[in-house]
Amino acid sequence: MSIVGTRVVRVEDHQLITQGGTYVEDLRVEALTGAVHAMFVRSPVAHARVTVDASAALEAPGVVAVYTAADLDLAPHKAGPVVEPWLADGVVRYVGEPVALVLTEERYQLADAAELVDVDYDPLDVVASIDAALSDETVLFPDQGTNTLQTTGGEFDDKAFDDCEVVVTKTILNQRVAPAPLEVRGAACAWGDDGRLTLWLSTQNAQISRATVAKGLGVDAKDVRVITPDVGGGFGAKIGTDPESVVLGWASKRSGRPIRWVETRSENLVAMTHGRAQQNTVTIGGRRDGTVLAFRLEVVQDAGAYPRTMFLPTLTELMATGVYHFPKVETSSRAVVTNTTPIAAYRGAGRPEATAAIERAMDLFAAEIGVDPAEVRRINFIRPEEFPYTSPTGASYDTGEYAKALDKVLEAGGYAGLRAEQARRRESGDPVALGLGIATYVEITGGDSGGESGRLLINPDGSVTAYTGSSPHGQGLDTTLTMLLSDQLGVPMERITVRHGDTDEVPRAIGTFGSRSLQLGGSALRQAADQVIDQARALAADRLEASPDDVELVDGAFQVRGAPASGSVTWAQLAEEAELTADVWFGDGSPTFPFGAHLAVVEVDTLTGKVVLKRIIACDDAGPIVNPLAFQGQRHGGLGQGAAQALLEVMNYDADGNPTTATLADYSFVTAPELPDFELVDSETPTTRNLLGVKGIGEAATIGSTPAVHNAVVDALSHLGVRHLDMPTTPLRVWQALTEARKAN
Amino acid sequence: MKVSIEINGTTVSEEVEDRTLLVHFVREQAGLTATNIGCDTTSCGACTVLLDGESVKSCTVLAAQADGHRVTTLEGLRGEGGDLHPVQRAFREEHGLQCGFCTPGMIMASVSLLDHNPKPTRQEVRDGLEGNLCRCTGYHNIVNAVMNASGQEVQR
Ligand code: FES
Ligand code: FES
Repeated sequence: MSIVGTRVVRVEDHQLITQGGTYVEDLRVEALTGAVHAMFVRSPVAHARVTVDASAALEAPGVVAVYTAADLDLAPHKAGPVVEPWLADGVVRYVGEPVALVLTEERYQLADAAELVDVDYDPLDVVASIDAALSDETVLFPDQGTNTLQTTGGEFDDKAFDDCEVVVTKTILNQRVAPAPLEVRGAACAWGDDGRLTLWLSTQNAQISRATVAKGLGVDAKDVRVITPDVGGGFGAKIGTDPESVVLGWASKRSGRPIRWVETRSENLVAMTHGRAQQNTVTIGGRRDGTVLAFRLEVVQDAGAYPRTMFLPTLTELMATGVYHFPKVETSSRAVVTNTTPIAAYRGAGRPEATAAIERAMDLFAAEIGVDPAEVRRINFIRPEEFPYTSPTGASYDTGEYAKALDKVLEAGGYAGLRAEQARRRESGDPVALGLGIATYVEITGGDSGGESGRLLINPDGSVTAYTGSSPHGQGLDTTLTMLLSDQLGVPMERITVRHGDTDEVPRAIGTFGSRSLQLGGSALRQAADQVIDQARALAADRLEASPDDVELVDGAFQVRGAPASGSVTWAQLAEEAELTADVWFGDGSPTFPFGAHLAVVEVDTLTGKVVLKRIIACDDAGPIVNPLAFQGQRHGGLGQGAAQALLEVMNYDADGNPTTATLADYSFVTAPELPDFELVDSETPTTRNLLGVKGIGEAATIGSTPAVHNAVVDALSHLGVRHLDMPTTPLRVWQALTEARKAN
Repeated sequence: MKVSIEINGTTVSEEVEDRTLLVHFVREQAGLTATNIGCDTTSCGACTVLLDGESVKSCTVLAAQADGHRVTTLEGLRGEGGDLHPVQRAFREEHGLQCGFCTPGMIMASVSLLDHNPKPTRQEVRDGLEGNLCRCTGYHNIVNAVMNASGQEVQR
């Protein structure tokens, strides 16, 4: 029986549960002997002119160097249309922006020395919100003349909604959140006698990091080696490398010392990129029978102080219509800069925002016409016979069974019974209201149009070494790829090693993000294994004196088809004879479109505003499942993180641009008692766009769960006159919404 | 100052600064790096170890306070002959970890939880692990792992 599709415990885990992983901070390699410790001095104010005096710090015990912008001789680097300095150069633009780098002999000397760096901050007017940015009263980059640094779409038809019986419009805030992987950012680096830099980095992507660092330092990419040790979570925020890594590489060269760097959690919360931060205005119109005729989405992306990642708002536009077939669709986006931490990818990156907007819009429309939200969705779904389907915004969906996914979760959740229970509570005046939230979603995975590398080698003893360009950090991809190869090659799992994350071993790769690893990295290794099997079959044919076409691979040995008695040849025998290896690039790169439906059940205490998430029932269809254990784990994690955004997570700033949630004591990380047991419903709709038929699962459940939970909270309050409230649905927000609704009634 | 701590059965004596935290002593002086640091506010639990058998967040204890006491870290959990502790085994069987960064602290907190309550309900497990954050798993399988380790039914 094939191992693929069975629940296999992870090969990664033994080390992790007995010795812990080897994260950057755990490295005890020889090249780092005598390494100095590094700390960045970061701005405590949002917008100011700065002058730095390092002289006192240089006298402090153990200080090896203090570097500022004046010392750096690196070419400037761009963030979108503007220059983002490596270290603040004359002006700081957000709390947390690096101003100076301190190197000391001992770790405990860092904070003392950093305190002695004398920075004079001469305050400038602060742009702390999207509204302030749009007003252009204060402009962050005077050269640009405006805070709006990217605009797309927006050719709107005044008559777009003329045929509609009902039109609803609403501005929906998709709040800023912190990716906050449990392992903060860290790096270590050392220059070798050969003039090459080795950089150990907590990143999702060694190869892109190498390119960024080499470019930043102005050296050839072959002179930089990036190694990712174990990585304690990334969630999109560790896709590439941040400016800090370039500065560290430069400082190591300048000081002639290896360097270790790890930030603190408080630093991480203000200085690692944040996610979401969109303000989305939806206009939805249609007939009273539930048919939607027109939809408009206007995205405003808060890009933070430096517009590092401008694809988020356009990806939101691309996925704007979700799982629905709407006759008329219009979108636009703007990205504005503010005096806040830069925004970049966070689990889902652009798609959760699109889904949150359309799924909230569907509920607003359903409420307006008085039709059940499940029914309104059914009426407007793209139907199975319409695939492949090109959406009005240009996305080419491969396969989908949207109505089936919704029906499955509604049945598994007992939707009719829950609605009856809701009505009963309402009638009896129960102060604890029940809310049901639905979200049906489609997600784009491998959407970067790139491929991935895969290299395979049969060792002389018949064991297998595989090199993948993907770079997992908790997804269990080692196990998944090992299972696929074991199945394909007939070699036991313990004889297969998967290697990744070292640019000397895997020079060409795109890496792990956008839920691309299995569909692209897995397909690459499938292709490499196919080639190696062909090579082996030719060799075996010689030995068995048969035609290669008549030779087949059975249980890890080659034999003549239909004549097993005539002998067989093992992988080891063949690998001794000749090199069996293949190095491929799986370049198809067409994205795939996983989909699903989530049903959330919440209880809201209408006296206190407290929301309790009681149940989440989820159907997440990403095609064939290789390892149900890892697949479910990805869904669990996504459900937890997505629900957390709806319920409690937010990165807040005051009007002066001071972050008010800059420690884990203030930033509401979701904990075990706040989440329910997850109820998973399975469904597998394959794609034809890669060799495995698989789609990505890493982000899917995050995308569906946020609007499901959000919709559930609003639904709980709907009988009291609440139509909408923004996330996170904290007790205060709920209570305020109830108070306003009561006043209006 | 000189500090002597028995860590996983071996006494480690080192001269350290007064302000040295237990977590740094364990990682740097004893060279045991499984215990991780995830925050600076005693919020995440990644640094959880057992101090005289009770779970503590080792980022909030001075090495000096542990002077003369007994500390157990993840590395010290395996039995004679290298057998996995039931909690270690259960985390693997139930996929109670993804990136693994929270895992040493999570396992130590779970060991302590089961010491005090050998047959917890799922809710008691959730409440008992409130001080330990995990960003990857959504906690479902962590709860399963603790239930499994206590010989109770899991919900896959
Ligand atoms: S590092 Fe000790 S609680 Fe976070
Ligand atoms: S497994 Fe990654 S933080 Fe828990």
